[in-house]
Amino acid sequence: MDLTLLTGYGFWNPLLWLAFLLIFGGISYFLWALRGNPAYKPGTEQVKPFISGNPEPAKDLVHIRARHIYWGFVEGLRGYYSFARKMHTGDVRDYALWYLGVGVVVLILLVGGI
Amino acid sequence: MIVEYLPQQFVQNLPALIIAIPLLGAFIAPLLKKHGRAAAGWTVAITGVAFLLAILLMDYVRASQGGMVVYVFGADSPGLTLPSGYTVPVRIMFQIDGLGVLMAFLCTLLPFLAAVYSVGFARKETGLEKYYALMMLMTVGMLGMVLTGDIFNLFVFLEINSIAGAALVGFRNYRGEAAEAGFKYIAISAFGALMVLFSIGILYGKYGNLNIAYLSGVIEYSRLDLIALGLLLTTFALKCGAAPMHHWVPDAYGEAPGSISMMMVISSLSSLYALIRVCFILFGGIVISLPAVGWILIIMGLISMLLGATMSLIQKDIKRFIGYQAVSQTGYMVMAIGVGLAVMGDPVAMQTYGRNALTAGLFHLINDAIYMGLLFLAASAVIYAARTRNMDEMGGLARKMPYTAVFFLIGAASIGGLPPFSGFASKLLIYESVFAFNPVLAVVAMVTSIIALAAFAKQFAAVFLGPPLSNLKRVRESPRSMLIAMAVVAFLTVLFGLYPQLVIDWLVRPAVEAMLNLAGYGAWGGA
Repeated sequence: MDLTLLTGYGFWNPLLWLAFLLIFGGISYFLWALRGNPAYKPGTEQVKPFISGNPEPAKDLVHIRARHIYWGFVEGLRGYYSFARKMHTGDVRDYALWYLGVGVVVLILLVGGI
Repeated sequence: MIVEYLPQQFVQNLPALIIAIPLLGAFIAPLLKKHGRAAAGWTVAITGVAFLLAILLMDYVRASQGGMVVYVFGADSPGLTLPSGYTVPVRIMFQIDGLGVLMAFLCTLLPFLAAVYSVGFARKETGLEKYYALMMLMTVGMLGMVLTGDIFNLFVFLEINSIAGAALVGFRNYRGEAAEAGFKYIAISAFGALMVLFSIGILYGKYGNLNIAYLSGVIEYSRLDLIALGLLLTTFALKCGAAPMHHWVPDAYGEAPGSISMMMVISSLSSLYALIRVCFILFGGIVISLPAVGWILIIMGLISMLLGATMSLIQKDIKRFIGYQAVSQTGYMVMAIGVGLAVMGDPVAMQTYGRNALTAGLFHLINDAIYMGLLFLAASAVIYAARTRNMDEMGGLARKMPYTAVFFLIGAASIGGLPPFSGFASKLLIYESVFAFNPVLAVVAMVTSIIALAAFAKQFAAVFLGPPLSNLKRVRESPRSMLIAMAVVAFLTVLFGLYPQLVIDWLVRPAVEAMLNLAGYGAWGGA
C-alpha cells in the first residue's frame, strides 16, 4: 500500500518522517549517554530538592495544576479575554441573539448584494 | 464488489434498511426496561448491523451508474422516480452519492463505538432503556439527514436528530447543569429548525416541490431564493457549531455523557453536511456566481478557529475544554469549504487549489469525527474514574490509567497536527490549499493549530503527569468495553495518519466529485 500523500504542491510520507525520527532519536540518545553526569546517584540525598533548608512540601502541594499553566499568556491577553468572556454569558437568550444577529448580517450580504 | 454476491432485492432496499433497522431497534429498546445489559447488547448489535449496512451501501453506490443510488419510498420499484403521468418526483426519495455514503459511514461507525463504550460507561445509570432507544433514534436522525433527497425530509430528520440529542445531553438530569445544557440545545435547535421550515416554505410556495434534485434545477437568482439560502446557511452553520453561534457547543458536549459527546460531534457534522448540500447542490446553480457565500463561511471559519482555541485555554472543566476545541476544528472545515465555494465560478482556481481545499475540508471532517470522539471518550473515562471534571483537581493519572493516557495522547497529538497522526495530513492539505487562495488564512490556521497543541499539552500535563494526588488514590483504569472503544478509535487515528491517500481515494475523492456534480444530481429531478 502506498503511504505517500500527494498534496497538490508536494507530498507527505509518514515512513520518511519515522525514519528521520529514528535518526534524530538515536543522535539524541547518543548525546545524552555521552554527557550524562557519572556522579549522579538516584535515590540518595543528592537528588532531594534544596529549599534553603526548609522541609520539602508534600507532592500534592507543589503539583502544577491546570490553572497555573499559561497563566502569563492569559494575563498578557487580558483585554481579549475580557471581551471573549463577556461574549459567553451562558444565557440561552444571548445564544438566540447571536444567531439572529449573524442571520441578519448574512441576509444583508446576500440579498443586499454587498 | 461485495454487493454482486448478495440477493438483488436486499441490495436494492439497502437505503431503506439502514434507516429501518435502527428505528426498529429504538422502538424495541424500551421493552428491555428491566434488563439494562440486554438493552446495551441490543444497541451494540443494531448499531453494528447499521455499520455493516453502511459499508454495503458504500459498495452499492460505487457499483451504481454515475456513483449515485436513488431510492423511492412507496413506488412499484425503488428506482422509479417519476410515476406515470408525472414529470417531476413527488414521492419521498433518498438520493445517495459519494458524499452521502461518506457521512453514512461516520454516522454508523461512531454510534456503534459509542454503544460499545456505553456498556461499561453507563452501567450504573438508571433508565438505560431510554438512553439506548434515544441513541438509536439519534442515529436514525443523522442517517436520514445525510441520505435524503427531499428538503422536507431533511427537516424531519434534523428534528429527530436534535430532539434525541437534546434528551441525551440532559440524560443525567440529576445534574442540574446537564438538564440546563439539554434545554439550551433544544431551545436553540428549535429556533433554527423553525427557520429551516420557513425556508422550505418559501421554496415550496414558489416551486411547488420539495425534491432537492428538482429544486436545484429551477432555483433562481431572486430575492426570495436568496432569503431562503441565507436562512438555511445561517441555521446549518449554527447547528454545526460555527462561531459566533457556537455557544451551545461547549454546554452540550460538556454535559452529555462521554459516548453521547462523541455522537454529538457527528451530529454537528451532519449539519455541516446539510450546509454543503445546500450550498453546492440545492443552490449550486446560483452560488457559483455568489463568492460572498464562500467568504461568509471563510470568516465564520476564521472566527471559530481562533475563538475556540483561545477560549479552551481558560476552561477548568475537562470536557468544556474539548468542546471549545471542537468549535476550533469546525472552523478548519468551514474555512476550507468556504474557499472551495468562493472559487466555484473560477474553473482555473477550482482546478488549481479549490478542489484540494474541498478534499482537505472533507478529509478533516473524517479525522475530526475520529479524534474528537477519541478525546471525548478519554476525557469521560477520566471523569468516570476520578469523579471530578475540574482539571485543577487532577494530576498524575497516567500512573493509574496508563491506557487511557496513551489514547488521550494520540487524540491530542492528532488534533494538534503532529505527524504521523491523522490530523496532520488533513491540516497539511488545508494549509496548502488555502495558502494558494489567501496566505493570511493559512497563517491563522497554523497559529490556531499551535495554540491547540499548546492547549492539549497543558491538559495532558495537568491531568496525566506529575505525582499521584492524594484525592485520586482510589482511581482505577476504565472498564474493558470503554478501553476497547477507545482503542478502536485510536487505531483509526493512527491508521488514517499513516494511509491518508488511501482514505482520500476511498472516501474523500468520490465525495468531492459528488459535491461538484450538480448536473448529475439534478438529473434525477425530472423535467
